[in-house]
Amino acid sequence: MATPCLTIKNLTLAYADYVIQQDLNFTVNQGDIFIIMGSSGCGKSTLLMNLIGLMQPVKGDVLYGEDSLWQADHQTRQRLLQRTGVLFQSGALLSSMTLFENVALPLTEHTRLAAGRIRQLVNYKLALVGLAGFADFYPAELSGGMQKRAGLARAMALDPEILFFDEPSAGLDPLSAKLLDDLIRNLRDHLGTTIIMVTHELASIFAIGTNSVFLDTETKTMIAIGPPQQLLAESKDPKIIRFLTRGETAARPTDSPKTPAV
Amino acid sequence: MAKQQASTPHNMTATLTPCSITLKQTESTLEAAFSGAWVLAADIPPLSPVLAQLDNKGVKRLVFAMQGLGKWDSLLMTELIRLIDEGKKRGIDVDTRTLPEGIQGLLSLVYAVPEPTGRQRSAAPTQWLAVLGTAGLDLYQDGQAFIGFIGELALSLLALLRGKARLRPVDFWRQIQDCGPSALPIITLISLLVGLILAFVGAVQLALFGAEIYIADMVGLGMSRDMGGLMAAVIMTGRTGASFAAQLGTMQANSEIDALKTMGFEPLPFLVLPRLLALICMMPLLCLYADVVGIAGGALVTVNFFDISLVQYIERTASAIHLKDFSMGIVKCAVYGVLIALSGCLRGMQCGRSASAVGDATTSAVVTGIVFIVIADAVMTLICNRLGI
Repeated sequence: MATPCLTIKNLTLAYADYVIQQDLNFTVNQGDIFIIMGSSGCGKSTLLMNLIGLMQPVKGDVLYGEDSLWQADHQTRQRLLQRTGVLFQSGALLSSMTLFENVALPLTEHTRLAAGRIRQLVNYKLALVGLAGFADFYPAELSGGMQKRAGLARAMALDPEILFFDEPSAGLDPLSAKLLDDLIRNLRDHLGTTIIMVTHELASIFAIGTNSVFLDTETKTMIAIGPPQQLLAESKDPKIIRFLTRGETAARPTDSPKTPAV
Repeated sequence: MAKQQASTPHNMTATLTPCSITLKQTESTLEAAFSGAWVLAADIPPLSPVLAQLDNKGVKRLVFAMQGLGKWDSLLMTELIRLIDEGKKRGIDVDTRTLPEGIQGLLSLVYAVPEPTGRQRSAAPTQWLAVLGTAGLDLYQDGQAFIGFIGELALSLLALLRGKARLRPVDFWRQIQDCGPSALPIITLISLLVGLILAFVGAVQLALFGAEIYIADMVGLGMSRDMGGLMAAVIMTGRTGASFAAQLGTMQANSEIDALKTMGFEPLPFLVLPRLLALICMMPLLCLYADVVGIAGGALVTVNFFDISLVQYIERTASAIHLKDFSMGIVKCAVYGVLIALSGCLRGMQCGRSASAVGDATTSAVVTGIVFIVIADAVMTLICNRLGI
């Protein structure tokens, strides 16, 4: 039986008077790799900001388990958000700190662990993302992909229950993107972490997504929800099909016999 | 091992089964059986007995038994990694196949990428002689970079004068707006206060001789020859020099300057010259303005607190200061303008590619600017003194 981990209720996103998305209702279950997709500018990243407490929604609410994020007072919200980790698009590492200090920051500030234990944990997290031995480097000395992986190590520092990713594979080569996908799936499988991902990388969407929501720019709301494979196979909406097949509708496996799939 | 408590809420499980490691040696194989909840909030047993057992010559193989294991998180992983590493160090065959699948998966990720050996950072020198030497070399390189920057600027200025480079008028006028009119409020405030202070400080002494009328001389000469320009320059270093460094530094950090280069724009004429020229044009005007406001500040004190009328004060000022005093201040201020723009733009262009580098560039621009201004002021005052101006 799936337990809801994150519930989005009647959410409306807007910048001042300009509505971006409205009437969003969906549930992310524990252990899901949930994909938020849609074309550029449809409000995916804005939705993410509302989920992680950076931007207050105009209407509606976000529930972490049973607890409301936006009805709660500041302290409760901080407590809820401590159960989450966020990987920003460019890694968002603090440039004045080494990788070690970046990953150790949440551990030293939010726990009372001994320094030796923190060092072990940080080295473990860095090794997990393939950055063993880079602890003393500054973010500026690393490549973009390495910065992103270091950002993931920091997001995982407190063993979060929910990990949010904003375009994790953007700017990575296909192999690194694949490794990152494997890592994400591993985290889900082995640590039971729930993953929420904003992405339009089709390869990732089909490879690891277990559920997804599709945000539409024209109708300003979600027009589909379900596992990506199922959406591709069963959806009747041309917008979704075009998106999931990069406009090459012929590639759809269940297409008419005249244009067989390659 | 010290007692550890994690305050992360999800680790605050009310009842945790206590952790333990049970060791069992059969012939050359050591079996470590983990039981209980190995989470960060738990109180875990030390690894030293296991390590001691590993030191035992007879042990050739280490296996794990995880049947009794409850909840686990990163804590268990770090302990296992330590055991595996220690085992490998002792040449013991560590068998991880009996570990739960999840742990095996994570371990394979941890050991997937071997630690690079060649990329360790060389530690910064700590010997005082080495530190001193590095600082000296840095200063030398800094001086070289500065002279090089002046040379390149001179070349691009020459190209501009010969019509080979173009200054975008819109950039230039925007910088004029930024360096001139936008700075007036702060210049007004500071100059007025400096005028007031000069008048008060002087009045205390001059009143002893009943010579309050000479406050006008003191404020007028002080502002026009030195203080007006100096104050304007210090304000503009903090205001505009810092903004130049931060703007150019952020552009450097965002690869905007690289983008300009690929589009065929040389950064010096495109970015630096408008700023430099705008500041050189505006500084004398700001200086003149600061002089007048400062003198007004002096008048405010003299007329209100001492028995001197405004007309007397103005007459006295007019007879005390001459055109050469004003021109001296203005020329000095134009020189400060060059120095402020140079230090701001140089630090901005030298900036690294991170947020902290932008901060360093800004700090360094202001410090360099103020140091240059004070040195230039001292030198120019000395020269004027020798020349009898």
